[in-house]
Amino acid sequence: MTGKNFEIINHTADVGIIAYGSDMRQLFSNAALALFSLITDHGSIIEKIRRDVQIISKDSDSLLVEWLNELIYLFDTEGVLFSRFDIKNLSNNKLIATCWGESFNPLKHKIRIEVKAATYHMLKINKDDSQYSVQIIFDV
Amino acid sequence: MPQWQGQLIKIDDYRWEIPRSYKQGMRVPGLIYADEAMLKSIQEEQTLEQVANVAFLPGIVKSSFAMPDIHWGYGFPIGGVAAMSVKDGVVSPGGVGYDINCGVRLLRTNLSEAEVRPKINQLLNELFASIPSGLGSERKTKVSRKDMNELMIEGAKWSVGHGFGTEDDLDVTEEGGCMEGADPSKVSDRAIKRGMPQIGTLGSGNHFIEIQVVKEIFNHHIANIMGINELGQVLVLIHTGSRGFGHQICTDHLRVMGEAVLKYGIKLPDRQLACTPIESKEGKDYLAAMACAANYAWCNRQYIAHWVRETFSKVFGRHYTELGMQQIYDVAHNIAKIEEHVVDGRKLKVCVHRKGATRAFPPNHKDVPQKYKEVGQPVLIPGDMGRCSFIATGTQRAMEESFGSTCHGAGRVMSRGAAMRSLKGKDIAQELQSRGIIIKTGSISSLAEEASQAYKDITEVIDVVHQAGISRKIAMAVPIGVIKG
Repeated sequence: MTGKNFEIINHTADVGIIAYGSDMRQLFSNAALALFSLITDHGSIIEKIRRDVQIISKDSDSLLVEWLNELIYLFDTEGVLFSRFDIKNLSNNKLIATCWGESFNPLKHKIRIEVKAATYHMLKINKDDSQYSVQIIFDV
Repeated sequence: MPQWQGQLIKIDDYRWEIPRSYKQGMRVPGLIYADEAMLKSIQEEQTLEQVANVAFLPGIVKSSFAMPDIHWGYGFPIGGVAAMSVKDGVVSPGGVGYDINCGVRLLRTNLSEAEVRPKINQLLNELFASIPSGLGSERKTKVSRKDMNELMIEGAKWSVGHGFGTEDDLDVTEEGGCMEGADPSKVSDRAIKRGMPQIGTLGSGNHFIEIQVVKEIFNHHIANIMGINELGQVLVLIHTGSRGFGHQICTDHLRVMGEAVLKYGIKLPDRQLACTPIESKEGKDYLAAMACAANYAWCNRQYIAHWVRETFSKVFGRHYTELGMQQIYDVAHNIAKIEEHVVDGRKLKVCVHRKGATRAFPPNHKDVPQKYKEVGQPVLIPGDMGRCSFIATGTQRAMEESFGSTCHGAGRVMSRGAAMRSLKGKDIAQELQSRGIIIKTGSISSLAEEASQAYKDITEVIDVVHQAGISRKIAMAVPIGVIKG
C-alpha cells in the first residue's frame, strides 16, 4: 500500500490521474476524488448536496469511465462539485453510489482545470497483492 | 517517458515514413510532415506509436498522416489525418475528438494598430463583459429546446437568420456553416441539456479571442483578396468549438462504439480508437449526431463574431460595417467528413478524419467559395498567445497527398502540469504585457498552461507545411490583446 489515495500524472495535451484503493469500491471513490481535485481544491467543497448515481455498463473499465463521466455531466449541467463518494454497491457491470458536495461558487472554489471527459486511453485496472490501481487520462 | 524507437524512413527534408513493417496489423504506412529537428522532439513521446496505431483501422487508405504540430493525444494523435473508404472503412469518434468542430474564425477590420492600441484595455473589458467565457460559462439569453433542434440542423445559418451576422459570413465558412445530414433524433437528452445553456459562450482551456496586428504579408495579391491590405491592420481571431454539447455526443457514441467493435469483430491496439463501419447503423448515427455538434459550433462562432463586431462598434463609435469587419474565413479543426478524393488514380468516396488538422482545398475546388476560387481555401493557423498566427491557403499538392489537409496550430510540447510547474511564480500576464500583449482571463492558472513555452514555435510548423507544399503561407499576425477562457 502506498498510503496515497491518488496522484496526478502528466500527459502532453491533457491530464491524467492514478487512483489507488484497497478494494474496487475505494478505487472508484478515489478516482472520483482525484477528478474533483483536478477541477478545484477538493478540501474546499463541503457536503451540502446529495446526489444518487446508478451506472450499468458492460465491464468494470467501462463502468469506471462512465461513473466519472456521470460526475462531469452533473457538474457541467447542475454545477455541483463533489467531495465524498459512498459506493454502496459495485459489481462488474453495476454501480450504485451516493455523492456529497455543494454548488460551484466562483468566490469560494478556485477552478484549476475544466475537465470535460474521462477517456479509455491506456485505461487498465491493475491489482497487485495489496491494492488496486488505475490510470485515467481526461480530456480537458 | 521513453523515446519512441520505431523505424523511420526519410522521404525528403519534410516527409518521413513509418513503414507498414514496423508493426504487424498496420494496413498503410504512417506519413509524418516534419523537419529533422522537429522530428527529434516528436520522438520524445509515444506520438508516433499513435500514428502507427491509427494505421490499423479498417478501410484506411494511403497513409496515417501526422502534421508537424502533431502531439500525443488519447487514441488518435492530435494533428492527425486519416481517410477511410466509405465502402469498407470505419468512422471513429476518437478520430474527431471530444470538441467536435473546434475551429477558428478570422475577422478583418479597417482599423490600424495605432487606432486600437490606445483603447485595447477598454476593448478587452467590453469583450470580456459581452462574451461569456471560462468554466461552465452560460449565456444570458438562453435558447429554447425548439431553437436547439433548429440550430442543430441549420448551424450558423440559424444565427444569421436570427440577426447575428450576414449571409456573407456563411459564404466564407467551411460547409457554409451548415453540415448536411444532421439529425437531432441521434443526439441524447443529456447532450442537449449540457449544450443548451452553453451556446454563445467561449469556454475555457485553449479557447480565446485575439486582437491581432498584421506583421508580415508573404503574398500581397492573395492577402488583398482576403481583405488583408497592409501591415499594422487589425484582425480578430476567434477560437472555440461545440462546448459540453460536442463532448457529450462524443462520450455517448464512444460507448456505442465500444459495443460495435465487438459486434463487427474489429481488432484495435487501443480502446480509445473505438470505431464502427461507416455504413453501419452505429456509424450513420454517429455522423448524424456529429453533424449536429459541428453545426452547434458554427452557430456558436457566429454568435461570438456578432458580439465581437457589436463591441467594436460600441468602443469605436462606428457601425461595424463602417469598420470593415468582414469575415475572412472559418475553419473546423476537429471533424470527420465524407469527401471525394483520388486514390491510386481512381475517384473514391472517403471519410476524412481531421483531428487537430485543417481542410486545405486548392484553387478551383467546388467547395471553395467563389471569392477564393482563384487562390484556394483560406487556412487559419493560430499559434500560442505569445507568438503569432498565420493565414495560409490550400494547395493542389495537399489535395493529391494529404486528402486536402494541413496543420492546425502550434502543437503542445509541454504538458499542462509541466507548464504550470516550470512557470510557477512567473507572472505570465506581466511578461506578455511587457511585450505589448494584454491578456484578460477568468483563470490565472490556465494562463501558465497556455504559455508560449508549452508550445512548438508556430513559425517552424508553418515552414514545414509551406516547404512541403501542402499549404502556402500568405500573412502573419501578432496578438496585442487576448481574451482567454
